[in-house]
Amino acid sequence: MSNIDQNLLNKVIENIDYNYAYNIRSNSRSIQRKITDNVNIVSKEDNTGIDIYVQDNTKFEYIYIPVLITESGLTDIVYNDFHIGKNSNVYIVAGCAIKNNGKSKSEHNGIHRFYLEEGSVVHYIENHYAEGHNHGSKIINPITEVYLKKDSFMDIKSVQIKGVNYTKRITKGILEDNSTLEITEKIMTDGDEKADTIFDIKLKGIDSSCNVISRSYATGSSKQRFKSSIYGNNKSYAHVECDAILMDKGRVEAIPRIIANDVNANLSHEASIGKIAKDQLIKLMTLGLTEKEAEKEIIKGFLK
Amino acid sequence: MLELININYEIDGKKILSNINLKIDTKKIVIITGPNGSGKSTLSKIIMGIILPTSGKVLFNGVDITNYSIDKRSKLGISYAFQTPIRFKGMTVKDIIDISLGENSSINKISDILNEVGLNYKEYINRELNDRLSGGELKRIEIASVIAKKSNLIILDEPEAGIDLWSFNNLINLFIKKKNDSGLLIISHQQKLFKIADEIILLDSGKIKARESYIDIKNIICCNKCVNKGCNHE
Ligand SMILES: Nc1ncnc2c1ncn2[C@@H]1O[C@H](COP(=O)(O)OP(=O)(O)OP(=O)(O)O)[C@@H](O)[C@H]1O
Ligand SMILES: [Mg+2]
Repeated sequence: MSNIDQNLLNKVIENIDYNYAYNIRSNSRSIQRKITDNVNIVSKEDNTGIDIYVQDNTKFEYIYIPVLITESGLTDIVYNDFHIGKNSNVYIVAGCAIKNNGKSKSEHNGIHRFYLEEGSVVHYIENHYAEGHNHGSKIINPITEVYLKKDSFMDIKSVQIKGVNYTKRITKGILEDNSTLEITEKIMTDGDEKADTIFDIKLKGIDSSCNVISRSYATGSSKQRFKSSIYGNNKSYAHVECDAILMDKGRVEAIPRIIANDVNANLSHEASIGKIAKDQLIKLMTLGLTEKEAEKEIIKGFLK
Repeated sequence: MLELININYEIDGKKILSNINLKIDTKKIVIITGPNGSGKSTLSKIIMGIILPTSGKVLFNGVDITNYSIDKRSKLGISYAFQTPIRFKGMTVKDIIDISLGENSSINKISDILNEVGLNYKEYINRELNDRLSGGELKRIEIASVIAKKSNLIILDEPEAGIDLWSFNNLINLFIKKKNDSGLLIISHQQKLFKIADEIILLDSGKIKARESYIDIKNIICCNKCVNKGCNHE
């Protein structure tokens, strides 16, 4: 891996433990791959992506699938399908980092589908980052689809760190009996960046449940839009929490929809958008921070 | 150390504080008491710089700090525990104590500080300062964030609120300890606290109505609800 790739990789994944399975994709090609006894990674026949197979009962393994783009003008599309065997418990660490110093746009479209078999657990972590000192825009459009079988559990922690000019994130889920989906999403935008995030979750099975926590910070003249539709189609539970902090000319629109199609569906949402609360600034100033320092700490905590 | 000279405060044409003169020295505990709405919190916020007086002066060690910002006063050693603790989404107990200490502090240090307010660090160090904490827990963390800081003057606005009586006895001991290197201004309705005060100030409708030692104040205050001698409350 080149130094440029390595530096970029460090922006989205802190430390890869190379004892586990991984597939590193750079400029639309797999450049490094490793499989383990329990985790197999196979390229799709038409070369549009990979299938990742986790055997039944696999416990506490990591799987890393970072994507790096350094070529200006590249539009990358990849389909990654995860087949998670019964009763296994794995961490999947994804991330997309773009360095675009050219004038053309660089774009990554990652379609990740997760098929969780009964009783399996997946912790999915995904970070997005972009940089570049020219006008070439950096675009990341992730589509995440999750299919949760009975008694399975998945948590998704995704963060858009900085520098992404446009993103459209779509997260879809279908939850069967007694399965749980927990999503935490954090998006930071600045300058003239735009971010759209859409959630579409169907609570199909009895006692399925879903929690969505979205935190966003829009500064400069950036714009963000949050839309969620949660369908309670059975005795189920869901809660959606969308909080946004605005600075400068940042703008945010939040549309949380909850649709109960069953008398025993228990769905709720809260959304709040606004500047940093004055009280919070005052409290930190009484501890000796200037107003600017206080703002920084509050945002750091909010997005942590 | 701290001196208020002829402080007046008005808002929307309504007089909240009238001609307040007050001195607080190091190693002294001064308590302000008085009915709801009498202006106690307003007065304490004026000292911290959270609100500016309409007229009058605030002196600190002889320096006129009337127009100093909150953080500048904080750096001079004035500290303030809010009557209603402020909540933060995402920020943790460790974060706020670190800010107060001005460093990324060790677990031992945080454990000691939380201990002072009767909280076990294991349970609380990584808790977020949000609604999931109970009122009493938030209040204790608020006090912890203030005592962590090096101060010359500690202002506590109703520290007893929401704290159970047993724990409150420990807090009283903490205040006595803090008096060794700081002055304390405590707003309180709690007669138990009056006993440790060097001076008790009775505020009523924005005016200082009495300024007494513990022994004498008992004759003036009949209860927490009013300041009129000989009322039949309680
Ligand atoms: N921003 C404001 N606008 C209008 N009136 C205010 C404002 N802030 C305070 N007041 C009024 O000033 C008076 C004093 O308020 P303050 O909070 O100082 O009372 P307090 O003595 O601390 O009462 P408590 O014991 O209930 O805490 C009250 O009548 C209150 O309604
Ligand atoms: Mg008050």
